[in-house]
Amino acid sequence: MNSLRLILHEFRFDQKVFWRNPSSVFFTALLPVIFLVIFATIFGGSEIETLGNLDTTTYYIPAIITLAVVSATFVSLAMNVTIAREAGLLKRVRGTPLPAWVFIAGLVGNAFVISLIMLAAITVIGAVIYGVAVPWSHLPAVIVTLLIGAASFCCLGLALCAAIPTREAASAITNLISLPLYFLSGVFIPESEIPDGVLTVAGVLPVRPFFQSFLSSWDPATTGPGIEWGHLAVVAAWGLFGLLAAIRWFRWTPRG
Amino acid sequence: MASPVITIEGLRKSYGEKEAVRGIDLEVQAREIFAVLGPNGAGKTTTIEILEGYRERSAGRVEVLGVDPESPTRLWRERIGIVPQITTLQPYLTVRESLDLYAGYYAAPRSVSEVVGLVGLEGQEGMRAGKLSGGQQRRLDVGIALVGDPDLLFLDEPTTGFDPSARRQAWDMVAGLRDLGKTVVLTTHYMDEAQALADRVAIIRGGRIVALDTPQELGGRENLPTHITFRMSSGDPDPVVPGLGAFVRTDEPDGPRFVLESTDPVADLSRLTGWALAEGRELRELEVRRPSLEEIYLEVTGEGPA
Repeated sequence: MNSLRLILHEFRFDQKVFWRNPSSVFFTALLPVIFLVIFATIFGGSEIETLGNLDTTTYYIPAIITLAVVSATFVSLAMNVTIAREAGLLKRVRGTPLPAWVFIAGLVGNAFVISLIMLAAITVIGAVIYGVAVPWSHLPAVIVTLLIGAASFCCLGLALCAAIPTREAASAITNLISLPLYFLSGVFIPESEIPDGVLTVAGVLPVRPFFQSFLSSWDPATTGPGIEWGHLAVVAAWGLFGLLAAIRWFRWTPRG
Repeated sequence: MASPVITIEGLRKSYGEKEAVRGIDLEVQAREIFAVLGPNGAGKTTTIEILEGYRERSAGRVEVLGVDPESPTRLWRERIGIVPQITTLQPYLTVRESLDLYAGYYAAPRSVSEVVGLVGLEGQEGMRAGKLSGGQQRRLDVGIALVGDPDLLFLDEPTTGFDPSARRQAWDMVAGLRDLGKTVVLTTHYMDEAQALADRVAIIRGGRIVALDTPQELGGRENLPTHITFRMSSGDPDPVVPGLGAFVRTDEPDGPRFVLESTDPVADLSRLTGWALAEGRELRELEVRRPSLEEIYLEVTGEGPA
């Protein structure tokens, strides 16, 4: 009970810091919406034959949700926690009675809430502006995908912190990993334009199966509950790898 | 006497081949303001970080508030406040929010408004930490360390990089901690800071304590001779004063300067001025000066000309 109160305390301040930081608001909250508008404008109105003539605008809703969640979890944590570590903030917190796991739980809780807000916002924009139906019948699948995906990408983000040596390298290394994954996974370019071999490789990396799980929920052709356990297992396996790596290599103190 | 707040016996710390701390013994008593002074790389920060529970030692025994800092407990952390060497604030939180955030980590925190007053940030409560001046940020740093109402406070170089007026303000604040009954351990490069604040000073050099005493008595300062200095006009004959020893003469463009090392400055000064009045001689730029802590420091750290 006391721990829960502390996590909420931590989370409340993490929220303030997130919304007051212009770079996190722009890159995490606004950029996905801008991408949605651009892609829907350029590629919207056509159909993807390989996906049973799925409407391209419908395709981009789960694609941009994937981008937004990965950005709110993996990218945000890798960059912000590295910056906080190099500034000595993590070390300072370690010198207080606050348990380390509560500190991490606050950040992860913040990443989950931002992910949920972005999922809701993009779904609503898709429905109101582009007339893409809200997948109410697949709501459980959407939530399961969000939870497994957000948890896994948080773990990967914290693991990546350990591999980033300095504050200056944080943005470069994180983007170097995330941007190619978006392209290879069909998040930016419709997957019909991507060679099969590339898609096969992307399928064992974490972003593509996460995207496919969301895509299945938005695809009107999907029957049944639409929970893609196979894809989610790949995402969760990556998450577990991230968790173990983070436990093994996470640093609280700046370099030197 | 109550047991010491900090006990260190035979403390050693090596980083690979390099021995940063080479055998330190020390006790710090409750309510003491204790300064650790030394040049960069002397082992100050290593020692402090061992006491704070951030680093493991290679050898020796350490007890801080009755606990070995290598196995810190939550309860122990409640009683310790740490001001790190570099300012570490969340730039997007205001002064009040920063203090609220850290206050939430402690079972019995001090009231935030009171801490704002203690560190002299009244009127700045709504200002974001990132917008404060360097001196104000440092005071917020101290406020964050105080908000848990610790018994023992570590200040690692609290005024490095400050302008003189910000340093004065910071000194007043640390002096105020004494009235709260806190035990304070601070590291500094600055002699005058140690002199102004500390009850006792340890000078560390090469991982060892080379001097440990009150600022008044450090390095046998009490027993060192006082310097009586003055200058005469170029053409004048050298002073020969009955009852006084030889002057050391230095030739300077404006006339020779004479220095007398005196162990009884009151009597010697009286003889000197009596002689000058009787002879009608002028003692220009007359100065009586005890060796400064700075000179002692340079001597014991081996950095000075001596």
